[in-house]
Amino acid sequence: MDNPLIRLAGVNKWYSQFHVLRDIDLAVKPGERIVVCGPSGSGKSTMIRCINGLEAYEQGTITVAGERVAQDDDNIEKIRQRVGMVFQNFNLFPHLSILDNLTLGPIKLKRMPRAAAEARAMELLERVHIGQQALKFPNQLSGGQQQRVAIARALAMEPDVMLFDEPTSALDPEMVKEVLDVMIALAGTGMTMICVTHEMGFARAVADRVVFMADGSIAEIGAPDAFFSAPRTERARQFIQQVIH
Amino acid sequence: MTDAATLPAGRARPVPGSAGALPARAVSWLRRRLFASWRDGLLSLGVIAVLGAIAWAIVPWALFDATWHGASRADCTGSGACWAFVSAKASQFVYGFYPPAERWRPDIAFALLVAGLVWLMVPRIPAKAYAGFFMMIVLPVATFLLLHGGFAGLTVVPSDQWGGLLLTLILAVSGITFSLPFGVLFALGRRSRMPLVRWFCIGFIEFCRGVPFLTVLFMAIVMLPFFLPSGTKPDPLALAVVGIIFYEAAYMAEVVRGGLQALPKGQYEAAMAIGFGYWRTMLHIILPQAVRKVVPGVVNTTISLLKNTTLVMVVGLFDLLNIVSAGVSDPLWAGSQAEGYFIVGLVFWLMSFGLSCYSRAIEARFARAERT
Repeated sequence: MDNPLIRLAGVNKWYSQFHVLRDIDLAVKPGERIVVCGPSGSGKSTMIRCINGLEAYEQGTITVAGERVAQDDDNIEKIRQRVGMVFQNFNLFPHLSILDNLTLGPIKLKRMPRAAAEARAMELLERVHIGQQALKFPNQLSGGQQQRVAIARALAMEPDVMLFDEPTSALDPEMVKEVLDVMIALAGTGMTMICVTHEMGFARAVADRVVFMADGSIAEIGAPDAFFSAPRTERARQFIQQVIH
Repeated sequence: MTDAATLPAGRARPVPGSAGALPARAVSWLRRRLFASWRDGLLSLGVIAVLGAIAWAIVPWALFDATWHGASRADCTGSGACWAFVSAKASQFVYGFYPPAERWRPDIAFALLVAGLVWLMVPRIPAKAYAGFFMMIVLPVATFLLLHGGFAGLTVVPSDQWGGLLLTLILAVSGITFSLPFGVLFALGRRSRMPLVRWFCIGFIEFCRGVPFLTVLFMAIVMLPFFLPSGTKPDPLALAVVGIIFYEAAYMAEVVRGGLQALPKGQYEAAMAIGFGYWRTMLHIILPQAVRKVVPGVVNTTISLLKNTTLVMVVGLFDLLNIVSAGVSDPLWAGSQAEGYFIVGLVFWLMSFGLSCYSRAIEARFARAERT
């Protein structure tokens, strides 16, 4: 594949004796939407957390837009500004209003004037249907609303790629859809996305490729239709049966 | 009392006794809060009796039988307090041995302090960042220049003539203003990934917490001259100020560290994922939350700092407590201990209570802002 936006090559990672990532090779083109799934403990979250340097890795290389990701490098902060991340537990800043959650990064890191940052933030909040709540604080919002704010906060930095780490796992069932709808809309804008999720409906709707991980390695990569209807490995077959019931 | 049935629909049922005429409400309140059962009633009467006995002992002594003016203890003929002692020595208690002709200088310093405090504490006045700058940079420099003099025709007043409440406030305000920022730095250092920084901070904090403040001050005043070029003497006031700031910073560091550890890891990760480096993460995301969590602990340490300032008497400084002690030993006023120490206690209590009230106001404001 020529000119991948994100490239993992021979990535290995250990937690002391435990081998969490084994020879991970993956290249993601600009605009591609990847869904990563697999049983818990298979290394999905660890893998995407390596992409923006929240986790260190021992072997191999990860590059974002050609720049090598290494936790202790000086350019790691620059890379992180180009890689948006959405967490399972939202991780909004509770001491700041919704609006300030969105504008803090652009104002402090991109030196954007406050008025411009706020205008842009309001635009994003409208896009995730939360414009009315701009002056509230995170604890006043529901989980689904908080997660949509978290998505908007990541988008406020105008990233090249968005990482989603199980964005709907901590939500009450009735709030999952509102978050997925926002993610589907985002996929429609051509944003490059890597999503760790068990939402197979979402995978079918937007994913270009599904990456199935087991025991720290990538067991299978394929188009969603092929993957769900005819998985090649026994592990994937079992997993699909479990998540679809 | 209004009948609940006549209230418009949708209004909450009134708490019993919350409506109606004041006497009726007072009676109802008493019945519910103090005399709800015979056990409550007995307890309430007991507490009232104890409070009454205390007031019975103090109020006549402090007010009705007191002597307010006089030139010596001999003028105090009544059975009550001899406040004449305090009124005669009042200016010394406030300014120490500061030359009377120059006392307008401390007065300006007091005014600057009050202005700074009002700026900092009244929520409606804007530009709190500048208020912080004023308190940390402008006020200390201006106060020192003003009190010390030696320029623009101001005569030099060496620091051994500063005393009384003036000195207590200098020690307390500089200690309170600087111990928190230094404490934050030590707290961050203690959690640093750099081993030398971490070891230094742990060592410093444990040393300060392990050694009595009195010992530190005493050793500094006795031992520092051995290390300084012969003939130079350390200024006791400078020594006391630096000592208080760093000693209390060690305590602040542990309080702040508690707040840092209470924050979920997700806050650090979210900040890093946006692209914030270490200092920006700390400044904008971690510390504002950590410090809010530990306001009661910070105020607790601040109040103990305030009272620790009285220990500077061992390096020969005349703070409020020490100057009152000196006044008490004046032969003209022999026997005025009760009055002197009562006043010292009252002044310290007022300052501590003010800090408590301010802390509660801050906590309430934070709670409102986060609506947690």
